[in-house]
Amino acid sequence: MSLSRREFIGIGGGAIAGITLAPGLRLVELARARSPEEAATQMQRWGLLIDIGRCQDCDVCVTACRTENGWYGHNRPATDPQWIRKVTLKDNQTGYVESLPVLCQHCEEPPCVDVCPTGASFKRADGIVLVDKHICIGCRYCMMACPYKARSFVHEDTINQKSYAPRGKGTVESCTLCVHRVDAGKIPACVEACTKDGNQAMVFGDLKDPNSGINKHLAAGPSTPLRPDLNLNTGVRYRGV
Amino acid sequence: MAHAHYRNLEGRSLGFYAVLGLLGAITFAGLGAALYMEHHGHWVTGMSNQIVWGTPHVFAVFLIVAASGALNVASIASVFGRQLYKPLSRLSGLLALTLLAGGLAVLVLDLGRPDRLIVAMTYYNFKSIFAWNILLYTGFFAIVAVYLWMMMERRMNDYSKPAGMFAFLWRLTLTTGTGSIFGFLVARDAYDTAVMAPMFIVMSFAYGLAIYLVVLIASMRWSGRELGDVVFGRLRNLLGVFVAAVLYFVTVYHLTNLYITQRHGIEGFILLNGGAYTKMFWLGQVLIGGAVPLVILFSRLGQSRALVVLASMLVVLGGLAQMYVTIIGGQAYPMPLMPGKEVVASSFFDGMVASYSPSLPEVVLGVGGIGLALVMATFAMKVLPFLPQSLSDADADPHYKAA
Repeated sequence: MSLSRREFIGIGGGAIAGITLAPGLRLVELARARSPEEAATQMQRWGLLIDIGRCQDCDVCVTACRTENGWYGHNRPATDPQWIRKVTLKDNQTGYVESLPVLCQHCEEPPCVDVCPTGASFKRADGIVLVDKHICIGCRYCMMACPYKARSFVHEDTINQKSYAPRGKGTVESCTLCVHRVDAGKIPACVEACTKDGNQAMVFGDLKDPNSGINKHLAAGPSTPLRPDLNLNTGVRYRGV
Repeated sequence: MAHAHYRNLEGRSLGFYAVLGLLGAITFAGLGAALYMEHHGHWVTGMSNQIVWGTPHVFAVFLIVAASGALNVASIASVFGRQLYKPLSRLSGLLALTLLAGGLAVLVLDLGRPDRLIVAMTYYNFKSIFAWNILLYTGFFAIVAVYLWMMMERRMNDYSKPAGMFAFLWRLTLTTGTGSIFGFLVARDAYDTAVMAPMFIVMSFAYGLAIYLVVLIASMRWSGRELGDVVFGRLRNLLGVFVAAVLYFVTVYHLTNLYITQRHGIEGFILLNGGAYTKMFWLGQVLIGGAVPLVILFSRLGQSRALVVLASMLVVLGGLAQMYVTIIGGQAYPMPLMPGKEVVASSFFDGMVASYSPSLPEVVLGVGGIGLALVMATFAMKVLPFLPQSLSDADADPHYKAA
């Protein structure tokens, strides 16, 4: 079989195009499970659904978070940090009582990021709200601005720090949505603990993936953010509040 | 008046060195308090994760607000063309600079990481009112310094009017920025209102002039210079008008909140059942800082220099009370997590009034800011001619006729 010059260019060109484009097309498909070395992208938005009906009178989520991230205090409740806490709410009209965990709500429009003078308080492309400990000057304006009281100021020297969750005296900190675990393809420590405990009150996932578990749960029933009046489009939503 | 004559403070008397030494000691005590807080961490203060801004911020914001207000006397001369105020202008510019320096020193020394001040100067998030304020404050220093130069250098005198105009607009913007630190906070019921910006501007008029009057009367008297009734009476009446205007804005602020059902909680807290904050509001802010000074300033009591100095000091104390109620009271009242629901249990003090009592280092740091502002002003009056040689009635007002 002999190829004319024209046929050779045609087939050759097609082959080169295939070799060049195929990995690109493949990459689009792989982007949802990126490696830790790659930057976070807007293709994901990480979120959490907390079902109050399933939330028991326990604090495994709090304990798991503290152990995972090492925010140990000094037995001084007013100044010790709390990245996640259990809160009991009572309906003013009906007296109905319910218990729920409160943590950084990872707002789409975070007031803490708006007010931060240096940009230390920032939102990652995938929606996780974090504090850059290197440029936080400790002004605490973000703590004034956060409607959820989600942030703590490190009032004294830290002990037993984790390498993946750095803390610093004189800077502000809060829930990172276990960004070090999420980047490694795992779920946050609180969610894992709640699931292991059998409560299954927390569902974590990608709010931008129509097929994710969290989106199926959100589509199947009602849910609401805390302080819906502020219209912050939080990444954390609650069912049954 | 055609030509005002200025003269440095002689600054060789024992009294001068005593004043300088006392103010210097207060300043150094403030520095020591800051070192102590930074070394141990903020847990040694009264501040917590509930009350994140405490007594240092009360003093810092007060001084920053007062700084912009202290410039008003100069603005009245340069912008509004009132000749009577012209000899008063240099001291006005000087106090504006030193009060701002004192306030900023307190603010910076209370930071969790004051060593990262350079970060605040090099990384900007332009959506942050704090970031705007960093530019507004540093700009204020530069503009007022140039303004002072144009007032004090005869060859540049012609430019003092445009410089004064620019400084006036800048200071209005600056105080708008300071008020908006609170005005733009959506989370808390005590804040989140546009009235904060104009209210802070009017507060600055009163606080700044009160401090100005005390410094003017003291330095004129202690350096043996005459301060006539014309200038004295004008400044006294002006202070009265400003104090009344502050009360007006406070009334509007609370009336607005009282109309909004959602805000009845915070209003009940401040006005009725907030304990120390309620006392601080009615006794400190309204009675001591408003009503009593008004009676002194607008009655025959106002003939007495001593009582007017007292009234000015009461305005300062009332201003500090107002800052305390605004900054600490506003944080002490809990934020709701869900509309219509109250928090009945939490390990993080949700849903309850946060407790706070000022610690000694905080108070010493705050007072140190006042010390720094005054020691700088005192020293500057010795090295440069800020103070007029005489403010006697004949010097101040060419049309003055002795009765």
